[in-house]
Amino acid sequence: MSTGRKYLLRNVAPYGGDRTTVLLADGVIAAIGPDVSDDDATIIDGRGLVLLPGLVDLHTHLREPGREDAETIRTGTRAAALGGFTAVHAMANTTPTQDTAGVVEQVWRLGREAGWADVHPIGAVTVGLEGERLAELGAMAESKAQVRVFSDDGKCVHDPVLMRRALEYVKAFDGVVAQHAQEPRLTEGAQMHEGVVSAELGLAGWPAVAEEAIIARDVLLAEHVGSRLHVCHLSTAGSVEIIRWAKSRGIDVTAEVTPHHLILTDELARGYDPTFKVNPPLRTQRDVEAVRAGLADGTIDIVATDHAPHTREDKDCEWGAAAFGMTGLETALSVVQETMVDTGRLTWADVARVLSETPARIGRVADHGRPIAVGEPANLVLVDPAVRRVINPDEQATKSGNSPFRGRDLSGCVIATFLRGRATVLDGASCDEDVVVRA
Amino acid sequence: MSSALPAPEQQPEQPADATVVLGGPEIARALTRIAHEILERNKGGADVVLLGIPTRGLPLARRLAARLVEVEPTLDAADLVGSIDVTMYRDDLAQHPTRTIGSTDLPGAGIDGKVVVLVDDVLFSGRTIRAALDAISDLGRPRAVQLAALVDRGHRELPIRADFVGKNLPTSTTERVRVLLDETDGRDAVLIEGTR
Amino acid sequence: MKHLLSTGSLSHKQAVRILDTAGQMAATQAREIKKLPTLRGRTVVNLFFEDSTRTRISFETAAKRLSADVINFSAKGSSVSKGESLKDTALTLQAMGADAVVIRHHASGAPHTLAHSGWTNGAVINAGDGTHQHPTQALLDAYTLRRHLTGAGDPSGRDLKGLHVAIVGDVLHSRVARSNVQLLHTLGAEVTLVAPPTLLPVGVEAWPADVSYHLDEVIDSKPDAIMMLRVQRERMSSSGGGFFPSPLEYTRGYGLDARRLAAMPDHAIVLHPGPMNRGLEISADAADSPRAVIVEQVANGVAVRMAVLYLLLSGSETTNETTNETKVDA
Repeated sequence: MSTGRKYLLRNVAPYGGDRTTVLLADGVIAAIGPDVSDDDATIIDGRGLVLLPGLVDLHTHLREPGREDAETIRTGTRAAALGGFTAVHAMANTTPTQDTAGVVEQVWRLGREAGWADVHPIGAVTVGLEGERLAELGAMAESKAQVRVFSDDGKCVHDPVLMRRALEYVKAFDGVVAQHAQEPRLTEGAQMHEGVVSAELGLAGWPAVAEEAIIARDVLLAEHVGSRLHVCHLSTAGSVEIIRWAKSRGIDVTAEVTPHHLILTDELARGYDPTFKVNPPLRTQRDVEAVRAGLADGTIDIVATDHAPHTREDKDCEWGAAAFGMTGLETALSVVQETMVDTGRLTWADVARVLSETPARIGRVADHGRPIAVGEPANLVLVDPAVRRVINPDEQATKSGNSPFRGRDLSGCVIATFLRGRATVLDGASCDEDVVVRA
Repeated sequence: MSSALPAPEQQPEQPADATVVLGGPEIARALTRIAHEILERNKGGADVVLLGIPTRGLPLARRLAARLVEVEPTLDAADLVGSIDVTMYRDDLAQHPTRTIGSTDLPGAGIDGKVVVLVDDVLFSGRTIRAALDAISDLGRPRAVQLAALVDRGHRELPIRADFVGKNLPTSTTERVRVLLDETDGRDAVLIEGTR
Repeated sequence: MKHLLSTGSLSHKQAVRILDTAGQMAATQAREIKKLPTLRGRTVVNLFFEDSTRTRISFETAAKRLSADVINFSAKGSSVSKGESLKDTALTLQAMGADAVVIRHHASGAPHTLAHSGWTNGAVINAGDGTHQHPTQALLDAYTLRRHLTGAGDPSGRDLKGLHVAIVGDVLHSRVARSNVQLLHTLGAEVTLVAPPTLLPVGVEAWPADVSYHLDEVIDSKPDAIMMLRVQRERMSSSGGGFFPSPLEYTRGYGLDARRLAAMPDHAIVLHPGPMNRGLEISADAADSPRAVIVEQVANGVAVRMAVLYLLLSGSETTNETTNETKVDA
């Protein structure tokens, strides 16, 4: 593959460390050093910018096929590129469900054609996400999409026998089950976190125990059958405790937290604005503190966006009728910087770990989340951590406007994103689509 | 709702540009004269009911009733006086902040067949009296309705005329006439403001 | 006051003013001619997404007594049942020139959404939303309590300071309880919630109320009033998820019967928002006793709703956009 173009990233700070210059050529990092130069290369002045490996999202809803009115693979991956991502995992709850080799291959192919970011489809654990019988996990793993992550996200694999079988079965191809932990009976009709705010607002509660009970069960199951387990978007202080305990026992579990659970609380439901309706729900300040601490000490392995675009008609209504979910691809890095880096709890090297290296490892994505070193694929993102920007969802690349950060200012901005040496974002804006797609 | 709360009844201190046009003794004399006129016009006070329009029409009605009783000791002041709140009959509700509704209390015998004398402090556009007439018609059917006002400042917008007037006070529309009464304001006076 | 969405945002002053105004309205309703011209030319829409003949008739009567035009829009059972429908319905009503929208909705917060969406310029009055609020019910309860329990004479200007009110029953699902707890607290009353633990919300500890699981103990503490909440029959099925084992057990623990009525102080009154489940949360003895003010609550409901309509619709603020900054939603 030829990029046709070389980039010389001058005076950038890999992982926020010492300044150097990085040359990208032929899809790889061709040279690194203060004196590197290339007369043919496009020069990017990187003073003040942090260079990170391209971000990898383990939890994205691209909505295609089925809900192209909310997002398409093209718009979603373009949003991903603007957020600094070079690879995303597309969740299985599409229509039709990504539960067969045919559907996952279609998503994979559309991702390749879109060209903004690599798309790795996630396979459904059960047929139609119904929680009744296993989908053809092996066929999806062996398809061109090479599925390694399986999830019924949006629904919990609540049947303990089925969960055990799934955990065991995916071992054959080094897969992982990513569980949406939600005990269904405890959350019937649930609208928001169960607590002081829900009691006052009269909205049916989503208790923390409904998440924690499933996580506790699943880590024990994973231990019993010797499988690896990934816990999606954990949101409560109790969940962090359970993961910490499980890891101390040597259980092969990884956990993710979303950007919104790092910064927002259930108090936001008071205005009944369905923008803040999400599953799992926004929790309390105490939980926010706990997930930040968990991310800082490594109990929580990664940040994943749970980018969940919804059309206006699914959000422009009363709370009870609104869909769960919020967008996140274009704000994730800023939220992590604001909550974890600006507060001194993570270094930029840690950010590379939680937003790129570890998610790539969990998803078994070979050419992402790699070190910034000569010869490695040039999947990179350049960040300006010094700026603050006001979020306007109407100007975002995602097709949907349900960002919880509308009107809020956040730290940091993606300046450039490179996918195999090709710029998908330059000067903070998408590159010309023809250029991107041609490559 | 804070902005919709009524203006406090206590009015600010007398501003520098206010002129006192009636003092306590003049007000007392005017009321005494009106009381006699009411008795004379109605050939006694037997069928008379004095309905004061809150806020300051009500104490004026009580003072008139006391004077009627002085002249005709057979009358009972309590049976003579009532209050009639016209707020809910006003045609200008939408032009002002929400008004507090006053109370309407009729004497025990009601107003059917009686001569109702409406009592108000200042007669101006006539709109308050128009509202009062509507309110009266919902409350009963008096034999006649008459109007007593302490001050008539002119500028009528409706074909309404007072039967009993304490003082005719020619004013310009930019001026403001304020009646202060001992019962509500701690002293008796009629002021004109904005004359300079 | 632009809207009435929740009792939680009513100040003490505002609440007393509504009760005082309701007192004046009630006085007009004792007259032969009950109709007042006050809201002539104004349009009040009753937008009911949930059946409630009693509440709708009460609002309709109140609006008509003030000479407003009333449009009843029942959205129940028609194609409008969720989602976009609230918006479309609101836009339709806006086009028809609604000055006030009285909304009953199964979703908590729907009136709040309607009031803040820009879908309607009219005043929004919450007539019950999901398990959230039913502010006019709480106001009529407070009005009734004030009439009976704050001494002789005109109660205007008084609050409920020092009164002790027990609210008994399904607090978890009750918008009446939520509205009452906040309003009674604002007015200075002490509230004790009495229910089986299954019918109390997680988070109730943050409410300005005491909580008890034992009705007899609370009655022994001599409350001035006891408010019985309706227990919905569908909450009873005890097969995995019922809130109590059987109706009989509920009645034994939390029903107001002749014995408990007799144990209450002589001056204490019994309230119920209706409709009652006789024999479940309240026995016929209690419901029909002279201490039950349940029928009077209905009459007071009209006066309170007249007061709310008057205070929301009569002033200039509902028509004058420039004064928006000074408005305080309630």
